[in-house]
Amino acid sequence: MVASLLGLLVVVFFRAQVYRASDWGLQADSNRLRPLTLPPPRGTIRDRTGRPLADNTTGYSVSILSASPDSMMSSLNRVREHLEIGDSRLASALQQIEDRSPRPILLSVDASFDAVAALEERGSAFPRLLIETRPKRRYPAGEVGAHIVGSVGEINQQELDSEQFEGAQPGLIVGRSGIEWQYESILRGQPGVRYVEVDASGRIVGSHRGFRRVEEQPGGDLDLHLDLDLMEWIHHIFPEGLGGAVVALDVETGGILALYATPSYDPNVFAGVVDQEEWRRLSQDPASPLFNRAITAKYPPGSPMKLVTALIGLETGVISPTDRMPVACGGSYYYGGRLWRCWEEEGHGSLDLTGAIKNSCNVYFYQVALRIGLLRMLERVNQMGFGGTCGVDLPGETAGTYPEGPEYWVRRYGYRPREGEVLNLAIGQGPIAQTPLMVAQYFLAIARDGSAPSPAIYRDAPTTEGFRFEVSQENLEVIREGLRGVTEAGGTAYLSSLEHFEVLGKTGTAQSVEGSPNHSWFAASVGPRGGAPEIVIVALVQFGGSGSQVAAPLVSKTADFYLRGQHGIPRDTIQTLREYFQAGRNTAWALPANEER
Amino acid sequence: MLLLCLFGVAMIYSAGVKNIPSPSLERIWIRQTVVLLGSIVVLIVLSRIPARWFEWLAMPLYIVSTAVLAVTLVVGTGSGAAEGVRSFIRIAGFQFQPAEAAKVVTALALAKLLAGQREGPAYLRDLVKPMALVALPLALVVLQPDLGTALAFIGMLFAAIYWAGTSWQLILFAASPGFALILSFDTRLWSAYIVLLVVALYLHRYRLYLVESLSVVIANLAAGAIAQPLWNSLAQYQRNRILVFLDQEIDPQGAGWQLLQSKVAVGSGGVLGKGFTLGTQKRLNFLPEQHTDFIFSVVGEELGFLGTSLTLLLFGYLFFRMIRMAEGLDPFSGLFIFAILGTWLTHVIVNVGMTIGVVPITGIPLPFISYGGSFLLMAWVAAAIIVTMARDAR
Repeated sequence: MVASLLGLLVVVFFRAQVYRASDWGLQADSNRLRPLTLPPPRGTIRDRTGRPLADNTTGYSVSILSASPDSMMSSLNRVREHLEIGDSRLASALQQIEDRSPRPILLSVDASFDAVAALEERGSAFPRLLIETRPKRRYPAGEVGAHIVGSVGEINQQELDSEQFEGAQPGLIVGRSGIEWQYESILRGQPGVRYVEVDASGRIVGSHRGFRRVEEQPGGDLDLHLDLDLMEWIHHIFPEGLGGAVVALDVETGGILALYATPSYDPNVFAGVVDQEEWRRLSQDPASPLFNRAITAKYPPGSPMKLVTALIGLETGVISPTDRMPVACGGSYYYGGRLWRCWEEEGHGSLDLTGAIKNSCNVYFYQVALRIGLLRMLERVNQMGFGGTCGVDLPGETAGTYPEGPEYWVRRYGYRPREGEVLNLAIGQGPIAQTPLMVAQYFLAIARDGSAPSPAIYRDAPTTEGFRFEVSQENLEVIREGLRGVTEAGGTAYLSSLEHFEVLGKTGTAQSVEGSPNHSWFAASVGPRGGAPEIVIVALVQFGGSGSQVAAPLVSKTADFYLRGQHGIPRDTIQTLREYFQAGRNTAWALPANEER
Repeated sequence: MLLLCLFGVAMIYSAGVKNIPSPSLERIWIRQTVVLLGSIVVLIVLSRIPARWFEWLAMPLYIVSTAVLAVTLVVGTGSGAAEGVRSFIRIAGFQFQPAEAAKVVTALALAKLLAGQREGPAYLRDLVKPMALVALPLALVVLQPDLGTALAFIGMLFAAIYWAGTSWQLILFAASPGFALILSFDTRLWSAYIVLLVVALYLHRYRLYLVESLSVVIANLAAGAIAQPLWNSLAQYQRNRILVFLDQEIDPQGAGWQLLQSKVAVGSGGVLGKGFTLGTQKRLNFLPEQHTDFIFSVVGEELGFLGTSLTLLLFGYLFFRMIRMAEGLDPFSGLFIFAILGTWLTHVIVNVGMTIGVVPITGIPLPFISYGGSFLLMAWVAAAIIVTMARDAR
């Protein structure tokens, strides 16, 4: 009997220790090991030369291992003496305590060094507290790159529940806006897991190396078309105190070389824990620095739209390049019972198409528009894509506004449009609003063969065709000839001509709100003299006044900076003709100056 | 036996090795060694005494020991985790558990009583005296309360009356109120059992007096009747232990914690164990009472199935040796050896069984291996007496 009793025990132990050992082994491990998520470093975002717009530095996270609700509450309260915990995080921490979640509870993803030092010093008082280094986002380009690079934030509950972030753990940093949002899947990487060993009361005994550690996979790096030097140069020369945007596109690829918007903000304030105070200040700032004016803001495009009118006129055959309009410009045009003004009160006289573009003569384009007719104008312009978006690989792009047909007026104003509306449309006024990016894409199409790909910020972004004119190359060349005249003697932007490069541009001065200065536009394609254009630049300066005075030099200097770099010309010399004159010097490359117009 | 003790010291040493250092636990293996060495000295001294003396001293010692046990209820103190239990007597800085001495002494007295009877117990009434003899210290121990030691007394009683030549039917009849107590939790089971019992008694009608049969039935009925009040009088933790035993999945954070963690420790040891002193369940405080009641879990975790089966094999060999010795000795010595064997076997079965959940958790040490001076000392005293008996018989 003694033998059978002891034998029975041996059998029972055999069952537990040999037969079911792996089950119990797992349970012993889950007893003592707590998994910790190893946050992956996000990929670096670099400009075309490799300069980083976003990289990682070291931050500190503080979390607390689970234990009984009572002891967690008391630890939590003591930790709060040294560490600031945001309201929402506190609420979710309390919820986790209530749910008796076995996972460590994250108290801060970006604790200050002082707080970490204070907690480490009192380490023995916080046996369940876990302080870890973790990658923290850093934006070396500061406010210059803010609108492009965007921001990151901690994953929220809604995202955790979503399919896109399946398996993600709280505390994961995800893109919130800009490139960080757009290319989240590339940048994020895969979190790893490591284990800490705890005793029965939940105190951390040590990190457990070697046990099923899963290394984190860093996120992929992004190489952009963007040129940070160019962005900084634009920032340097942009009229101080004014808002606006500058967009620069590479003619060959359609890649975005610069997408500058001002006012801006320092994206580093969003890199870790968002300071609520700072967030409120930025979002309520009347200058709205969080607003990306290059792709989100719309402005009446003004004179640059005259090229569209010209193109449609040529393509429909209602005008030819050498045609002069029946009514010569005398400063205004009479139609529909009222006078339609030209910006030049003294009038331009009789002009052909090239002259009309060079002088930006309203009266010429009024008459072209009447030949085209309102309905045909609406149809053609909408075909080009002015009512849509450019398809840029950034979130938040707004579609341009262009009436899709006569119904627009009925819906919006309650009347059918009279034929005279076409006069407004012809010169870029009336119910039209376009983003600077859209105007840039439109100029890109003129600089190329009439079509333009969707502007891309990421070098490997899939490109789609974004813009297309149904236009012959001869007619395009006519338009370009007109644009060339703009920066020649007598053109509206003569003073913005450059020594080494040829600027094919168009000024624009769009009416803004009543009583304020006009918005200043300049759009141009620039390249070596006699060669193909290499860069398209559009500048918009809000309330900047005349396009030729404010936006044109901005575009010329931007193009000059970029192209000098591309062609190995030193950048330390005077750029525009205006600066030569201001310096009291004459130049060989420019004709003697006429009066600025 | 010395092997088991040395093994015990090693395991107690290991039990003290933890991640969060516990100064008191780290040192106890030294104390245990000191007691072990002292015990060996006691063995040498005691083995010079003629075995007859123990027979003469049995009854007087029994009276003294039972008296001390009674006094313990009044002046006793708790110790360690069993703070509320009055089982220790403190004299001049030393702590001692009178119940441990009572076990050896009661074994002596029981052997003396049964050996004095000319023939083996043939009738139930022959069992009344030995039962009463054991019942007295048992009752005193239950009052401490120390149910584990009480179980050991029951083991002792049955082992002794078995060796005295009692037929197995009689033993079963004597034990029947115990079964009734357990079965009474299910009325149908209990009723069937009573019917079975009556039938069995009828079949043995020529061996038993009617009065005896009736008293067995009455005792069984009484056991069934007091089951509910008895259950109610149990402390909450005792009830929990039984509930956990019946359903081992319940309340893993509370009442089921000890058992679950012990099973995890033993199970995770696998075939070869995690290595001496390296058990994670033990080091990180998941195991309760790892140096006393749950020392076998440490064995299981650190030395694996190899360790547990070898330990049980050693016990088996020890018990086998004891039986062989008892066979060649006079009735008194044989009875004493069997009484001790019954005690130790109960300890081993209950202690080892509870670490794996085949027996409800009971605060009962593993002979020679668990930490505890009184138990170790008295085990060696018992061994000394047995050695003396064997020597004198030659």
